[in-house]
Amino acid sequence: MNTLLSKKKEPIDKLAAASGRSLGAEALRRMLRSPVAIIGGAITLLFLLLAIFAPLIAPKDPYERYLQGKVSLGQGIIPGAQPGFPLGVDDFGRDYLSRLLVGAQQTLLVGVLATVIGVLIGVLIGGLAGAFGGWVDTVLMRLVDVMLSVPSLLLAISVAALFQKPSQWTVILAVSMIGVPIFARLLRGSMLGQRGSDHVLAATSLGVKRTAIVFRHMLPNSMGPVIVQATLTLATAILEAAALSFLGLGDPDPNRAEWGIMLSRSARQFLDVRPELAYYPAIAIIVVALGFTLLGESLREALDPKNRR
Amino acid sequence: MQQLRLTRTRRVALIGLAGALAVSLSACAESKREEGAGGGAGGTMIFGTAGNPKMFDPIFNDEGETFRITRQVYDTLIQNKPGTADLEPSLAEKWEASDGGKTWTFSLKQGVKFSDGTPFDATAVCFNFDRWFNMKGAAAQSQMIYYADVFSGFAKNESDDYGTPVYKSCAAKDPQTAVLTLNNAKGAFPAAFTLPSFAIQSPTALKQYNADQVTQSGDSFTYSEYANKHPVGTGPFKFESWDQGKGEITLVKNDTSPTQTAKLDKLIFKVIPDENARKQALKAGDIHGYDFPAPADYGLLRQEGEQVLVRPPFNVLYMGINQSGPAGAKLKDVKVRQALAYGINREQFVKSKLPEGAEVATEFVPKTISGYTDDVTKYPYNPDKAKQLLQEAGATNLTLKFYYPTEVTRPYMPNPADVFTSLSEDLKLIGVKIEPVAKPWNGGYKDDVQKFGHQDLHLLGWTGDYNDAGNFVGTFFGRKKPEFGFDNPQLFQALAAADASPPGDAHAKAYQEVNKQIMDYLPAIPISYGPPAIVVGPKVKGLVASPLTDERFNTVTMG
Amino acid sequence: MLRFLVRRLLQAIPTLLVLSILIFAWLRALPGGPAAALLGDKATPEKIANLNHVLGLDQPVVIQYFKFLGRAITGDFGSSLVSSQPVMSEIGTYLPATVELGICAMIVAVVVGIPAGYLSARYRGGAVDNVVIVLTLVGVAVPVFFLGYMMQDLLAGPLGLPSQGRQAAGLDATSITNFAVLDGIMTGEWDAVWDAILHLILPAFALATIPLAVITRITRASVLEVFNEDFIRTAHSKGLTQPVVRRRHVLRNGLLPVVTTIGLQTGALLGGAVLTERVFNFRGLGFLLAEGIERRDYPRLQALLLFGALVYVLVNMLVDVSYGLIDPRVRVR
Repeated sequence: MNTLLSKKKEPIDKLAAASGRSLGAEALRRMLRSPVAIIGGAITLLFLLLAIFAPLIAPKDPYERYLQGKVSLGQGIIPGAQPGFPLGVDDFGRDYLSRLLVGAQQTLLVGVLATVIGVLIGVLIGGLAGAFGGWVDTVLMRLVDVMLSVPSLLLAISVAALFQKPSQWTVILAVSMIGVPIFARLLRGSMLGQRGSDHVLAATSLGVKRTAIVFRHMLPNSMGPVIVQATLTLATAILEAAALSFLGLGDPDPNRAEWGIMLSRSARQFLDVRPELAYYPAIAIIVVALGFTLLGESLREALDPKNRR
Repeated sequence: MQQLRLTRTRRVALIGLAGALAVSLSACAESKREEGAGGGAGGTMIFGTAGNPKMFDPIFNDEGETFRITRQVYDTLIQNKPGTADLEPSLAEKWEASDGGKTWTFSLKQGVKFSDGTPFDATAVCFNFDRWFNMKGAAAQSQMIYYADVFSGFAKNESDDYGTPVYKSCAAKDPQTAVLTLNNAKGAFPAAFTLPSFAIQSPTALKQYNADQVTQSGDSFTYSEYANKHPVGTGPFKFESWDQGKGEITLVKNDTSPTQTAKLDKLIFKVIPDENARKQALKAGDIHGYDFPAPADYGLLRQEGEQVLVRPPFNVLYMGINQSGPAGAKLKDVKVRQALAYGINREQFVKSKLPEGAEVATEFVPKTISGYTDDVTKYPYNPDKAKQLLQEAGATNLTLKFYYPTEVTRPYMPNPADVFTSLSEDLKLIGVKIEPVAKPWNGGYKDDVQKFGHQDLHLLGWTGDYNDAGNFVGTFFGRKKPEFGFDNPQLFQALAAADASPPGDAHAKAYQEVNKQIMDYLPAIPISYGPPAIVVGPKVKGLVASPLTDERFNTVTMG
Repeated sequence: MLRFLVRRLLQAIPTLLVLSILIFAWLRALPGGPAAALLGDKATPEKIANLNHVLGLDQPVVIQYFKFLGRAITGDFGSSLVSSQPVMSEIGTYLPATVELGICAMIVAVVVGIPAGYLSARYRGGAVDNVVIVLTLVGVAVPVFFLGYMMQDLLAGPLGLPSQGRQAAGLDATSITNFAVLDGIMTGEWDAVWDAILHLILPAFALATIPLAVITRITRASVLEVFNEDFIRTAHSKGLTQPVVRRRHVLRNGLLPVVTTIGLQTGALLGGAVLTERVFNFRGLGFLLAEGIERRDYPRLQALLLFGALVYVLVNMLVDVSYGLIDPRVRVR
């Protein structure tokens, strides 16, 4: 795997080494010219706004079982769109539009927290390995190798099944594990690359302490690729959370309005009776995952020094 | 190197070409296969099941997917009349209890042979009873779940968990008469003789293929060659093969003087765990029927011409109340328990979330069981009364830990989380605060709820094994248990007396009284009786849905 | 080459050992455990305790681990709780299906992905490029299980393709290797071959989406990079025609990173297979795993996760080896 990863690492190193202050401004300028970036940014922004203001926008209480009396699974009846319920209701008689809106918040919560935890653990591992090198590096990277040796979904499955009480948090933690080895590798590579670079050598020769070098110089300079990867990870996090739900390892609370849960529940049970119940959250997930991917890809491109002219 | 690289690129291109060819080939031939994809040749029925069988020796088994197959291959002494939980003759034409239920005399059917050609007679019956009683080894005994349940113990108990054996001896009075002697009478008999675990198997085959060999293998067990490859009984079908890769169990018609003759030539059980995939397979004509359709799909399936056969309910779902749990002090007050019962809108829950044929449970035994009575205290939905009762009991600020299982579906509980949501939302409306706790069924739920009693409320249920009220209420409330955390000697005594009462009307009467008592004391709240259904294609005739999921395929014909 | 292989294999051992400890500890940390799963509905706490004793699950965890390791080294992972069959024999029975599906998915991904990526790069910024880019992005954004359901619902009917299973039920095909296509060819049962191919189409496409998207994007990026390299310009200035340059230089050099990607994606297929095989009732390892999760079949999960890791490590090793074959520079090091 060494050769493989060293291949992967190369562009990251170059990228990290080259990212300076002026790059940020230029990257932004370049992104604003790219339609891909604008679309991705717009979707992301819309999603964020929805997630933040969802409880205010939602026309109805997403947890109130308004039309429970009209639902009859035994007869295959789940009321569809009607006045007051533009997207109909779910199998508990709850307003689906409101649930989808509030779902944006929950979905974002799962995605962002999983990514942030992944970044934090990954950065910690990768940072330590990159900063100290030697046996610390060897031990930590062996750990990362173990995590990389399991396909990502299997890793999430293993972690999710670890917990006694499945809940939203176990899902978040399970999904976050997917990002850990990636971020760790990324940061380690970038920091190792910097160890020999001019500005670090200069700082060292000036007698700046190691911790100071790591925190003031090496870490900030490595954050560019981490941010790019985090944006992309957000998309996978949302998808993996949905997959866990589908496999029965997700948050079991049917009260929670989260797109992955809504999708896997509906896809399993109501695809023939009321397929829309699956389509709406599916479309929402696809659009948002697409948004994050577009944004991430264009960020990557914008930050890539090769594209600078 | 230049050469090598060149060939490599070419080869990649070639593989690609082959793939593209395969894809395009398959694209143009679809039309040809549209007809006759069903393969429903004359006498073969393919039935989709929800799970793998374990093996085919029913004495070591306790779950439905294995029994579904062994039921076709073996017979029991007494069986359930198709579509009911009433008893009818099978291998035994007549049975008679004497000595206060301690002696059972079975008059056996004549001229029956096992599918290996050996004769079925009283010696064979006794061989089976002796085999079970004398089973050696902790591994084997630990897997004889129904035997330990009904007969309590073995000749030599391998664990302190087993008690004094109920079985004493079995004698072949003549080839057609087997006499079973017990150490003590039990209310479970004669109904328990219908249990598929107690099917009569061929002594010759059992011996030939070392049927008693149960070996530990890691955290589980492996079974004998008999159990995996050579099950031999007197049933209408004969075991042919179990193809693990395809997930197919093939049975063929048994022509060696069985108890009942099969109309089909071949019966294949195809394992399809995903409900949606089973539905797809039926629609495509790949299978001719399947078990456990989703409740919401009944209507659509019927529209497409399939027959949805709803089983009469033989189970109960209840919300348990723990009087020794965190909020036990409050729950000890019967008014609080009544408030919870009035506060749950069971009518709406059953109507909106359960399949057709489901009913609100008024007590802890379903209607088909002898011992059921309509004359119990009922608790119709009345939130105002519930609030009032809580007020009277001084429990207006009640917070309850509500446990529910995940990763499980049971016939009485197709979707536990949904049941939980419905009930807990109702309880919130009467001012009870709910603290939900979800746990995996096999990952601690049963321990927490039944062993430690961590909960205030929990969801659980029971599917009956045979027509005996004691199998329900005796199991639930027969003794002090951490699950319910109450100590009511009066109730325990009543249940013990009912179990010991002689078979027949007196038995039923005793249980009717107990059921009244239970519904006044309200140690838990019965929620619903939920019937699982079975679907078969339009051409399938003669399949009778059984409350005990005891469907026998010998009467089936493919129109 | 041999030393390289041996070294890589030895390197994999500690990884697998650590993993085995983690998986084992994880399974032992779970409450309930095998006994509860074995006893099913009628389990009482007393029965569970008794069975735990019978199975030796009341011994110290360290002792249990070494017993497990001792058996695992000899290839004995115990029996499944669901089927009571030895787990290793189950893996043997189900592996061919996954391999078959995986190969088909990778064929789809490679056959469609490389040309798409190449065309996209060649007409950079054009309509083709934009369509391809959008499709690859959407491809990775669709939840795999949902895609599977959509294919079953919307495509299977109109195309007349089977929507589930590996083989028509009751089809009397001979199993020799459990590779359905291969078996059919070996026995000359051409209807079985045909049936197996039809059953492979939808799941293969569903499983292929992610590798397809990734391969397309990598091909595009790497071909673009090669277009800008000096030797292409040199080739052009030598007077070589466009097609010759493309074939001899661009494609071949551009394919190097693609090979890596194919390898990585092949390993990652195991994850996607869990979802695809579950949805399509395709009886392979992913199916086995999904069932294991649902039924909490610990011995099976244990063996499958270790096996998955082993395969992943091996596939990555093969990729490195093939990389060395294609690019001599790697081998020199």
